[in-house]
Amino acid sequence: MSLRYLARRLASAAITILLIVILNFVLFRMMPGSPERILLGRIPNVSGEVVAATRERWGLDKPLFPDQFVAYLAATAQGDLGFSYGARGRPVTDVLLQKLGPTLLLFGLGELIAIVLGLALGAYSGWRRGGVLDHLGNGLSLILYSTPYFLLGMALLLIFATGLGWFPTFGIDTVGRVYSGPLDQIADIGFHLALPLATVALGLVGQYSILMRSSIVETLSEDYITTARAKGLTEGRVLRTHAIPNALLPAVTLIAINLGYVVAGAITVEVVFNWPGLGTLTVDALSSRDFPVLQGVFLLLSVGVVLANLVADLTYGILDPRVRT
Amino acid sequence: MTQTPDEIRGRRQWPLPKLADPAAPLLEVRDLKTHFRLERGWVRAVDGVSFSLADGEALGLAGESGCGKTTTALSLVRLLPSNGRIRGGSVELFGIDLVPKSERAMQRYRWREISIVFQGAMNALNPVIRVADQIAEPIRHRLGQSDTAAKRRAAELLDLVGIPRKRLGAYPHELSGGMRQRAMIAMALACDPAIVIGDEPTTALDVMVQAQILLLLEQLRRDLGLSLILITHDLSVIAETCDRVLIMYAGKVAEEGPVERVFREPRHPYTRKLLGAFPNIHADRRTLEVIPGQPPDLLDPPTGCRFAPRCPFVMPVCSEVDPPEVRFDDGVRVACHLFPSSDEVSGASPATPTAAGEDAA
Ligand SMILES: Nc1ncnc2c1ncn2[C@@H]1O[C@H](COP(=O)(O)OP(=O)(O)OP(=O)(O)O)[C@@H](O)[C@H]1O
Ligand code: SF4
Ligand SMILES: [Mg+2]
Repeated sequence: MSLRYLARRLASAAITILLIVILNFVLFRMMPGSPERILLGRIPNVSGEVVAATRERWGLDKPLFPDQFVAYLAATAQGDLGFSYGARGRPVTDVLLQKLGPTLLLFGLGELIAIVLGLALGAYSGWRRGGVLDHLGNGLSLILYSTPYFLLGMALLLIFATGLGWFPTFGIDTVGRVYSGPLDQIADIGFHLALPLATVALGLVGQYSILMRSSIVETLSEDYITTARAKGLTEGRVLRTHAIPNALLPAVTLIAINLGYVVAGAITVEVVFNWPGLGTLTVDALSSRDFPVLQGVFLLLSVGVVLANLVADLTYGILDPRVRT
Repeated sequence: MTQTPDEIRGRRQWPLPKLADPAAPLLEVRDLKTHFRLERGWVRAVDGVSFSLADGEALGLAGESGCGKTTTALSLVRLLPSNGRIRGGSVELFGIDLVPKSERAMQRYRWREISIVFQGAMNALNPVIRVADQIAEPIRHRLGQSDTAAKRRAAELLDLVGIPRKRLGAYPHELSGGMRQRAMIAMALACDPAIVIGDEPTTALDVMVQAQILLLLEQLRRDLGLSLILITHDLSVIAETCDRVLIMYAGKVAEEGPVERVFREPRHPYTRKLLGAFPNIHADRRTLEVIPGQPPDLLDPPTGCRFAPRCPFVMPVCSEVDPPEVRFDDGVRVACHLFPSSDEVSGASPATPTAAGEDAA
């Protein structure tokens, strides 16, 4: 990968993030409902002076442009995303950081499992096209692919938590439990993680497997595969050193695009399992019109998608010599 | 400088395969039938082709598009598309029949004994692997040499085909078409095979580069004593580089023999049409698609001679009976009813038949 390619990717990611920051500002100012009404929502019969004072305190009396906008940009650049209207005025950054961990744990791990499993399954069934595992895997992949997260999550929840009682029904850990040590805590979290993680991984594995399968099938019809076979290499080596590296190229791109949609999935899965992550935070913030938190969540998720795409671009640059110029 | 077969076989760096018969010819293809399965039936792409190849010999394979040249070549190493099957005949290498071999056993013969230079090296080389590594790959995995030894040999081979040292780390897309084809040739030589097949190795290259690649092949053949099967649409290429020529029509051999004989005195009406399309073999490089009419549908080929619908000499017997192959004293073999397989005719120099319509050629 050349420095030029790296620089170009980085610059394009930076510009995208800047645009997201701007869009985030514009979008939330266009939303209905005035912020001071929400701020003072619980206090009945507020006087005009109180409203004015509140507006002043939160900087809402200043014009949107340039004052509010510039203040917003400056604060955002310093990682200051304002204060939550709800949560007793805690800084949004604190709220986000607290919820980021569980979401990263759930979706990072879920994506990883789905990618490894899906690509392996897809590569194998594409290679053994028409075989038993191909038919089985293809059918299962299609079913999983077309099942919405909440359905999958509810099914797992009903069977393994409510029904069989093997796993807890909600949360990230047992409320009020005192841990005997870090291992104990990890075990408890793992126990709570199992079902939501299975939901995320199963929901994604079908897509990745279908994707990789068609990519492998297409790659196997390429001339250089015939060349590799003509060299007398074993089928396994043809697959590993010639077919898979080429078949991964479209897979990397599509996985990156897919990461954007994962956000939608995050919300449903977290709500189903009451997982204390960004998804549940979003739903809570939406229902209480906690604009600063919502704004923060959207900013964080969009930046996350941009970064994921950057990683994909760089991975692509490493895998495919043709883009290194 | 011509080498005798003994010297050439002595040049082999690797022992002959265990089952080899040292007295057997290098390659002997007998009555090869390779068909493709379609829903409507079998496409008889290669339907009873026989030929042999001696050590150090270059055989040219020519014929219109779709006559089965590539299928014949792929049958030799059994690399057919998934719907293709060898349904009859034998392919004997050093007297070992490759047709009944298991896939595993077949792998041992590929590239070490028979390698292929495919058409258009753009797609025949893996785009994400360095060219030198692709050349080193069979040396390492087929000959079991160390990584460094394989790399060194790959560099030597690139030298041999005229690719500058500094391009050693290049990826396929960083090389020109001609360079890629040179790299492909270097790769084909990696395991020092007994036979190299070139399937239209120069198509898709411009004329200057074509000439260079052909010169390279010719030179390598002389220096290394390779046995070559060269598939091409271009008869002038065969005239320049090959010892013998095999003209195929619709999955069958029309005529086969020494290049000087076939080109000087073509016997099969199809060969004559082809050559008629090349008034001067050396000056005019036109393709073969100049004969009026279409080759037959190989799903349901006509009975008798497959050339009959287009043949200016067609006789009643032609569409009834398969023309038998007749061998002449000068080493030419022809499958055409104009040359009956009775003893009085075979051996004698046959009278040149004439018919209305031939002068058009
Ligand atoms: N996989 C396949 N399934 C069905 N028919 C096939 C298949 N591959 C080739 N054929 C048919 O077999 C015949 C011979 O094809 P082949 O590629 O051997 O011809 P060729 O002489 O190499 O032609 P060209 O000069 O165009 O390369 C053609 O009629 C072709 O349509
Ligand atoms: S057998 Fe008959 S139809 Fe066929 S090439 Fe000879 S003369 Fe023509
Ligand atoms: Mg061909």
